[in-house]
Amino acid sequence: MSRTLISQAQLRRGRGKYLYWTLLAVVVVGFTLVFLGPLYWMVTGALKSGQEIAQTPPTLWPRDPQTQNYVDAWNNLDLAKLMFNTFYYAAGAVFFQLVFDTAAAYALSKLRPAFGNVILGLMLATLMIPAMVLIVPQYVTAIDLPIIHVNLLDSPWAIWLPLVANAFNIFLLKRFFDSIPEDLIAAAQVDGASPLRTLWSIILPMSRPILGVVSIFAVTAVWKDFLWPKLVMPSPETRTLSVGIYAFSGGTPQNVVIAASVIAAIPTVIIFLLFQRNIMSGLTTGSLKG
Amino acid sequence: MAIMTAPSAVTTTKAPPATVSKRGRKLRDNLTGHAFLIGAVVCFALFMWYPMIRGIVMSFQRTRRGETTWVGWDNYTRIIADPSFWIAWKNTFIFTIMALVVGYVLPFFVAILLNEFRHAKGYLRILVYLPVMLPPASALFLFKYYAYDPSDAGLFNAILKFLHLPTSEWMQSPTMTIPAMVIASTWMNMGSAVLIYLASLQNIPGELYEAAELDGAGIWRRIWSVTIPQTRLILALLAMLQIVATMQLFIEPLILANGAGTQDSATSVAYLIYQHGFFQNDLNGAAALGVIMLIVLAAFSAVYVRLTTKQD
Repeated sequence: MSRTLISQAQLRRGRGKYLYWTLLAVVVVGFTLVFLGPLYWMVTGALKSGQEIAQTPPTLWPRDPQTQNYVDAWNNLDLAKLMFNTFYYAAGAVFFQLVFDTAAAYALSKLRPAFGNVILGLMLATLMIPAMVLIVPQYVTAIDLPIIHVNLLDSPWAIWLPLVANAFNIFLLKRFFDSIPEDLIAAAQVDGASPLRTLWSIILPMSRPILGVVSIFAVTAVWKDFLWPKLVMPSPETRTLSVGIYAFSGGTPQNVVIAASVIAAIPTVIIFLLFQRNIMSGLTTGSLKG
Repeated sequence: MAIMTAPSAVTTTKAPPATVSKRGRKLRDNLTGHAFLIGAVVCFALFMWYPMIRGIVMSFQRTRRGETTWVGWDNYTRIIADPSFWIAWKNTFIFTIMALVVGYVLPFFVAILLNEFRHAKGYLRILVYLPVMLPPASALFLFKYYAYDPSDAGLFNAILKFLHLPTSEWMQSPTMTIPAMVIASTWMNMGSAVLIYLASLQNIPGELYEAAELDGAGIWRRIWSVTIPQTRLILALLAMLQIVATMQLFIEPLILANGAGTQDSATSVAYLIYQHGFFQNDLNGAAALGVIMLIVLAAFSAVYVRLTTKQD
C-alpha cells in the first residue's frame, strides 16, 4: 500500500486511529443510506398499498406487503415482452460491436492500411459531437437510409448499427491491440497465417479482458438508453424496458410503475455485481492515460 | 468541428518504380486492411458522419408535404422567436452551472476520502457506482414518485420534517425544479467521476505527500499543492466532459417534470429539440436548434481548451 494524503503511521496512533475509525463508520453508514437507502425505499415502497404510501410519516417497512404490485407490473406492462426485446437488442449490440469494432481496431492497430490514421481521426472526432445534436438527422437517416432507401423503424438494426459507430470502443480495443508485441504477429505471418487467422487465434485469445469490458458496456448502453430507442421503436411490440415503462407510466398506479422500475433495474444490477471488477477497470483505463 | 474538415486531398501514392509483385502485394494488403474496417466505417458513415452534414443541410431547408425547399435562415429565425427558446437556454445554463458546482466538486472530495480508507474500500466503491448502473428511467421514477412527493409522505419531505426543517413542493415549485433535477442527476451519475478520480489519485507518488508533510504542510495544503496539481489533467478533462453532458439535459425534465415543468421551469434545450422535431412536426427547426447547440458547445470547448492550455 503506497502512501496517500495522510500517512499510515498517523492513522495508527492514538488520536489519529480514533478519528480514522469514527470517520470510516460515519462514511460507511452515510454512503449506505445515500446510495442504498433510495433503492431500499424503491423495493419496499413498491410493496406498500396505495394507502400506505400516502401516509405520514412514511412507514419504514410495509405493514402488509403487497406482492400484487409486482405481479401487476409484470402482467399489465407486459414486462416479459419488454425484457425479451431489451435482451435481444443487447445481445445483438454485443455481437455487432465485437465483430465490427474488433475488426476495425485490429486493422487500425496491426494492418495499418492507407488512410488508416485519417479514418481513426474521423472516428475519434465523433466523440466531440454531443449526441443530442445528431438526434434529428440520425432519425431522418434511420427512417430512410441513403442509397438503399430502407426504413429501419421498429427494426433491431436501428439499435445495432448506430451502436457499432462507437469511437470509444474502437479506441479502447486499438490501445489494447497496440500493446500486443509485433513479433507475435510477424511469427504468425511467417507461419503463413492470414490476417483473419492471426486475429482469431492470436489477438482475440489475448484480449479477453478488453472484449469483456466492451461487451459489458454494450449491454449497459442498450439497457440504459432511452431517447433513441423511444424514437426508432415506436410500436408497443418492439419497445425496450425503459421506454415501455415510461409509455405506461401515465395511466398506471405509481406503485406499479415503481415495481416495474425495480424489475427493469435488476438485470443491470446483477451484471454490475458479477462483473464490477471488469467494469471498474474498463472505466478507469479507458478514460486515463489516453 | 473537426469532423467537418474531411480530408479531400487524396495523396496519390505514386508508387516508386518497384516490381509489379511488390506493388500488387501492397495493394492486396491495403485491401485486406480496408475489408476489416468496412463494417465500422459504414456504420460511422451512416450514423455519425452523414448525419452531421445532413443536420447542417436540413437546418437551411424546409420539408412540407414531401417537398424540400431551401429557405435560408428561416428555421433559425423561427426557432429563436419561439418564446421557450431563451427560457430553455437559461434553464440549461443554470442546470449546467449547478450540476458543475455539486457534481464536479463533490466526486473529487469523495474520491480523496475513499482513497484514505484502508477498510471497506470495495464496498464503498460499489455503493457509489451502483446508481450509475440503474436505467435512468427507473431511477427517475423513484425520485419522481417517492423522493419528490410534495406531500409529507414523500421521502425527502419526511426527512426534512424529521429534522424540523421546512418541507418543499419539489417539482411543483418553479424555484426547486432545477435543484431537484441536479440532485437526481448527481446521484445517478457521480459514480463514474469518483472512480476515475480514484484511479488518478492512485497514480500520485507517495513521496510527494511525504515531502510536503516534512515541509510542514497540513492536510488542506497537501490537497491544494500536491493532489490538485497532480490530477490537473484529469480534472480539466472531466470538467469539460461533464459540461458537455449536462448541457444535453433531457431525460430529467422529461420524466421528473413531464417535460416543461411548472411554469416552464424545466424546459431544456435538448427537450426543445425533441418537442420541435417529434411533436410539432418541425424536424428542420429542430435541426437548426441542434446546430445552434453544437456551435455553443464548440465555442465553449474552444475557449476552455485555450484557457487550460495557456496555464501550462
